Amino acid sequence: MFFTSYEFLGFVGVLFLVYYLVPKKVQWMLLLAASWIFYAAADPRFLIYILATTVTIYFTARIIERDQERQTAYLREHKAEMDRDGKKSYKESRHRVRFRWLLLGLLINLGILATLKYANFFISNVNGIMNAFGGTERLSFVTLVLPMGISFYTFQALGYLIDVYRGTVPAEKNFFRFALFVSFFPQLVQGPISRFDDLSRTLYAEHVFDARTVSFGLQRMLWGYFKKMVIADRILPALSCIIDAPGEYHGAYAFVGMLFYTVQLYADFTGGIDITIGIAQVLGIRLQENFETPYFSMSLKEYWRRWHITMGTWFKDYLFYPISICKPMQKISKFSRNHLGKKIGMRLPVYLSSFVVWFATGFWHGASWNFVVWGLANYFVLMISEELEPLYGRFHKRFRFSNTRLYNIFQVARTFLLISVLKMFDCYSDIGTTFRMFGSMFTAKNWNILWNGALLELGITAGDYGVLAAGAVLFVIIGILHRRGGVRERIAARPYPVRAVVWSVLFLAVLLFGAYGIGYDASQFIYNRF
Amino acid sequence: MEDLLEILKELHPEVDFETEQHLVDDEILDSFDIVTLIAEIQDVFDVTIDAKRILPENFNSAKALYALIQEIEEED
Repeated sequence: MFFTSYEFLGFVGVLFLVYYLVPKKVQWMLLLAASWIFYAAADPRFLIYILATTVTIYFTARIIERDQERQTAYLREHKAEMDRDGKKSYKESRHRVRFRWLLLGLLINLGILATLKYANFFISNVNGIMNAFGGTERLSFVTLVLPMGISFYTFQALGYLIDVYRGTVPAEKNFFRFALFVSFFPQLVQGPISRFDDLSRTLYAEHVFDARTVSFGLQRMLWGYFKKMVIADRILPALSCIIDAPGEYHGAYAFVGMLFYTVQLYADFTGGIDITIGIAQVLGIRLQENFETPYFSMSLKEYWRRWHITMGTWFKDYLFYPISICKPMQKISKFSRNHLGKKIGMRLPVYLSSFVVWFATGFWHGASWNFVVWGLANYFVLMISEELEPLYGRFHKRFRFSNTRLYNIFQVARTFLLISVLKMFDCYSDIGTTFRMFGSMFTAKNWNILWNGALLELGITAGDYGVLAAGAVLFVIIGILHRRGGVRERIAARPYPVRAVVWSVLFLAVLLFGAYGIGYDASQFIYNRF
Repeated sequence: MEDLLEILKELHPEVDFETEQHLVDDEILDSFDIVTLIAEIQDVFDVTIDAKRILPENFNSAKALYALIQEIEEED
């Protein structure tokens, strides 16, 4: 039951109706039932895995919180008889116990994720190493189920566990309410990765039907379907044609394919998130935004603050900060400050932790080396930019044109191209092919394909290109309007006929220009496989 | 407070840390700055700032950051 299937539309349609008809107290229970039905409809075996995560995280978080409560009570009771050192050593001993429970929760769930997602990657690498040393033995691959959205729900649940351990959120007492937090169905496809303190505020609340909220939610869904079905899926045949035959489609084709992929990934992922956030909004639930006009960024650093925001902040809060300020890292920093100078000593923790984060980010995206290389390529560009920042500063001070709109447009275009090049590692799953295709752009002699009609032989017609061009222009206009304030709010402030025309045109565009039928795969989302 | 302002000034000489109230929200301090800042604070004030304290409200102004340092000192 994919977002783009008729079954799914029927499913959410019925849910929206029933949700506002049942007593408000049971709304969250209905959502849990709907979420489990949605997940089981994809594959009943998926439920076992999501329940394993729910149960283990629920209990470890409860144990950790109970220990914290016991510690507080004990300290209160023995306040008079304990001195400062006694209190400190008691706190440290309890802290160690809680840390062990945290570790258990992390290991079980990362273990499940690693086994299901990375077992065959590990086996293929072991086989490769054995082969390199002349071994003839080969480990056989294992057939495992990979539950939909496992990376998303595992990270969401782990974030909650770490927050409980840190004492920043209370552990949820009701198992079923917690189960809803882990398995809220719109998020299961491709995130966003929510935080418990943020989502729990609206997820369990009683929601009264509000026409404006519901219509805004439906509008957001419609915009998401437009992005996914009119743009992302329409461009897909041409993209597949180029990517699947790099021997034939190189040089200028690789350049076109690179741009197609950048547009397709944007339309696919942000479209999916629009549908997700829209569904939640119809239900009165506010999900965190995952994108903030990322392709308008003027640097890669800015892009990563605007693209897949919830994943970025997850890695920052739960991996980057803990590693950069942990005691061993502080020791490394101190040592390098004393021996290599203050500047290097200050930067070393940041650079080392960033390396780990980008390695993990790459690996999180998929069990394949091309994702790791993609992550590390981002890392190197970011670190080089960081080092060059003083130089940029001097350049901007010296040359006044660097503050002009034209220069800003140049920066946006430059960043867009850079992002597109980096995404090639994700697009071509083979690292060697990626480098070959990138290199072929510089030696290409086939740039005439851009005007000789060859692009019409990639499986999409001139009409398709027209729709795509119109869609791209619309993205830019909506992006600019979004930066200046809410687009839907602006439309809502217009007279009824204007509103009716805008939304009807968008609805008709999805119906008429949505990619259906042979050659189109209006089912999967790219980020669904992560 | 003077020591803290000195650390902050060294990081971003162009910012008026005595008045600025949205250092994190306005992206004046990024994650790299925060890590550098924590290392410096730990050195100068001899306090340990753990990851759970890295919240925008603790780093949005010099005043908030100084209050955090004092809070940790009292806890220790």
